[in-house]
Amino acid sequence: MSAILQGAGAGAAAALSPFNSIDSNKVVAPSRSSLSVRCKRYIVAGSDDGTNQSFGSSSLVARRSQPLMIPNAVSTTKADTAASSTSSKSGHELLLFEALQEGLEEEMDRDPHVCVMGEDVGHYGGSYKVTKGLADKFGDLRVLDTPICENAFTGMGIGAAMTGLRPVIEGMNMGFLLLAFNQISNNCGMLHYTSGGQFTIPVVIRGPGGVGRQLGAEHSQRLESYFQSIPGIQMVACSTPYNAKGLMKAAIRSENPVILFEHVLLYNLKESIPDEEYICNLEEAEMVRPGEHITILTYSRMRYHVMQAAKTLVNKGYDPEVIDIRSLKPFDLHTIGNSVKKTHRVLIVEECMRTGGIGASLTAAINENFHDYLDAPVMCLSSQDVPTPYAGTLEEWTVVQPAQIVTAVEQLCQ
Amino acid sequence: MALRLRSSLSKSNFFNILRYNNLGFGTASQTTRHLRTHDPTTLLRVSQNPITRFCNTMAEKLSSVGEHEDANAQVMDFPGGKVAFTPEIKFISESSKERVPCYRVLDDNGQLITNSHFVQVSEEVAVKMYSDMVTLQIMDNIFYEAQRQGRLSFYATTIGEEAINIASAAALSPQDVIFPQYREPGVLLWRGFTLQEFANQCFGNKSDNGKGRQMPVHYGSNKLNYFTVSATIATQLPNAVGAAYSLKMDKKDACAVTYFGDGGSSEGDFHAALNFAAVMEAPVLFICRNNGWAISTPTSDQFRSDGLVVKGRAYGIRSIRVDGNDALAMYSAVHTAREMAITEERPILIEALTYRVGHHSTSDDSTRYRSADEIEWWNKARNPLSRLRTWIESNGWWSDEEESDLRSRIKKEMLEALRVAEKTEKPNLENMFSDVYDVPPLNLREQERQVRQTIKSYPQDYPSDVPL
Repeated sequence: MSAILQGAGAGAAAALSPFNSIDSNKVVAPSRSSLSVRCKRYIVAGSDDGTNQSFGSSSLVARRSQPLMIPNAVSTTKADTAASSTSSKSGHELLLFEALQEGLEEEMDRDPHVCVMGEDVGHYGGSYKVTKGLADKFGDLRVLDTPICENAFTGMGIGAAMTGLRPVIEGMNMGFLLLAFNQISNNCGMLHYTSGGQFTIPVVIRGPGGVGRQLGAEHSQRLESYFQSIPGIQMVACSTPYNAKGLMKAAIRSENPVILFEHVLLYNLKESIPDEEYICNLEEAEMVRPGEHITILTYSRMRYHVMQAAKTLVNKGYDPEVIDIRSLKPFDLHTIGNSVKKTHRVLIVEECMRTGGIGASLTAAINENFHDYLDAPVMCLSSQDVPTPYAGTLEEWTVVQPAQIVTAVEQLCQ
Repeated sequence: MALRLRSSLSKSNFFNILRYNNLGFGTASQTTRHLRTHDPTTLLRVSQNPITRFCNTMAEKLSSVGEHEDANAQVMDFPGGKVAFTPEIKFISESSKERVPCYRVLDDNGQLITNSHFVQVSEEVAVKMYSDMVTLQIMDNIFYEAQRQGRLSFYATTIGEEAINIASAAALSPQDVIFPQYREPGVLLWRGFTLQEFANQCFGNKSDNGKGRQMPVHYGSNKLNYFTVSATIATQLPNAVGAAYSLKMDKKDACAVTYFGDGGSSEGDFHAALNFAAVMEAPVLFICRNNGWAISTPTSDQFRSDGLVVKGRAYGIRSIRVDGNDALAMYSAVHTAREMAITEERPILIEALTYRVGHHSTSDDSTRYRSADEIEWWNKARNPLSRLRTWIESNGWWSDEEESDLRSRIKKEMLEALRVAEKTEKPNLENMFSDVYDVPPLNLREQERQVRQTIKSYPQDYPSDVPL
């Protein structure tokens, strides 16, 4: 029996971006002013209940996703998702990489300054087909194939951004962007600040990361842990075709440098997304499944492991609340905080390594801000501090499995 | 696949390649790519048929074997183009017998060399060049002394490299975007940055463009198209290529210009940026100030090639070596290079030979690794200012009186700018948190609140002259 998810449509009103420290004693009302500067122009498309609500000038949020349940960890067969009900009357089905491509293409149509650069993104269409067809449509100059030097083409993207373009820089694999760390940290994150606000760097740096299927240690990296300290950048992780397209569009429109983390194993997820234009808020978390007993915070591929565990948990009588945090820097502590105040128990499920990962920072942030609301210590399930082994069985056990999640919840809810 | 088919191949070879273009498939790296989508001459060599984008490397071998009878004249189409064979085992020497000659127009004494080619400079430009070089020299000396007196925290002089700074700036247009390393304040000076603005940045006061966030000499001005100095070495080179790419996309009559030192050429970014610029056909000038020293590392410990100029060819970039202390030669070289870069859409590498007369910075004492005599010789006998001065005086455009007038005026202005900058308030605390993002997010606002709270609780531990 599949747990029924509800799109939290009303949650759309809570459009804001609270960050790592909040005075938890006060009721934190959605602070519209923090977003109003950015949000005035965007259209909010409504499709799940048929009525078209626009939220005026001060909120930027996309409609929540349809009642959608992806029962398996990673859905590589389309049959899995065919069973899920999509109640949107209009909409089209596509795979996650196609959703990214659609978002990118729409933004490139909309703004001639948007361009793409990376290895094999041009006529080859990108290693994961995210830029397929774009070079034929927009030309070689706007979809630029670069030689192999991540630091150089990231630096190039930064220079182009400072001169008025809006580059989308693709790392063939997130791990390769370690070579671009110098440019990302010293130039991308800093130059808006050190130039006194004279130069903006509206780049999007994106690529697939995470543990795949036997890709080897060097191609199974979780860069979000390394990048999270860099001041001046924003980080988001997509997990469904819906939020992939929405986050891609929002990232391109943002004036700040944004790093968009995709996952190698999620590119073939299928979902029906609205035909109308929509954007997801960069700083907002996504309520996947509301519940009462425990808050499970996760992102990217682990969302699916959590949802699979949720099935088991529901059968055992638990009611987990699952939140896909989506915004890795900064954390959406408003949504998270409200959830903690309701359930009083937190489990973080991540793919990062134990030491210094997103979960480590999130644990600290929750403890600091919501300590009084916790009935149990925050538990974090993460990968071990080992390079990802190649052998399939070993690799499987470096990643948190649904069985472990079920055990952890049972332990926390005693 | 060679891109510049027009310029380098004969007609028969051209059709050979076109023929094998239509066969089979190969790797994506061999795709014939044209970056100027509207150029009609590309229609011939680039078909819209996707199959022609991939080349078969086998097909040509069969046809070429039949065509050539003499085994020595056989050629083979490897990925990347035709190469001739040779039965002799010959290594290309690591260096040529003679070093690449250096372009100069004025001799050591400031006399015009006979039969020299150079771009004529008007009296107005020449006098402005010289005045700005003098201004730069005086500014450097005064700032350096101010640091020694404890009024400034840090400074890095450009002594000895004034001609590179000013003459190159003079040859560019205001729309050309500059990506400096940190020893090119002269370019800003030429474009109109005032002495007061320099001083404001060095003191990091509230009138600073950078709002007090960077060290001294890390200038930046959006208005003057001079990108804020980032302390990391050579990271500006790929940035410049990106800017050039952007200018090319917008079809602007401008190029990107980037400066770096001999030391910066060892960084990975240098090699990558040159390679990228050549492949992207980006209009960017790479100006290397080869001043002999990277802090204490002489060029003999930095690279073993004949300087920087020979490296251009390795990337397919046109290059020139110039006497960096000859203002006229610098002007001509940069002027010509700029034309080429923009009209032909190509990068150009300019190696300007010079000498770093000053220390690397105020944190360095270069007498520890080089002789004081050597420094003195370059400062006096090879001074770029005196050479240009001799030339403009010989044209009747300058006099001793104007010299002393200029020097005393600049010195007075400089001291005043220093005094005012020192007195000006620092930026207020809010600037510590603004501009990290476009809009300060809640976490930064919270952190700012915490800092203010701490200051309120312990005012005695906080400097009184920084505004809140």
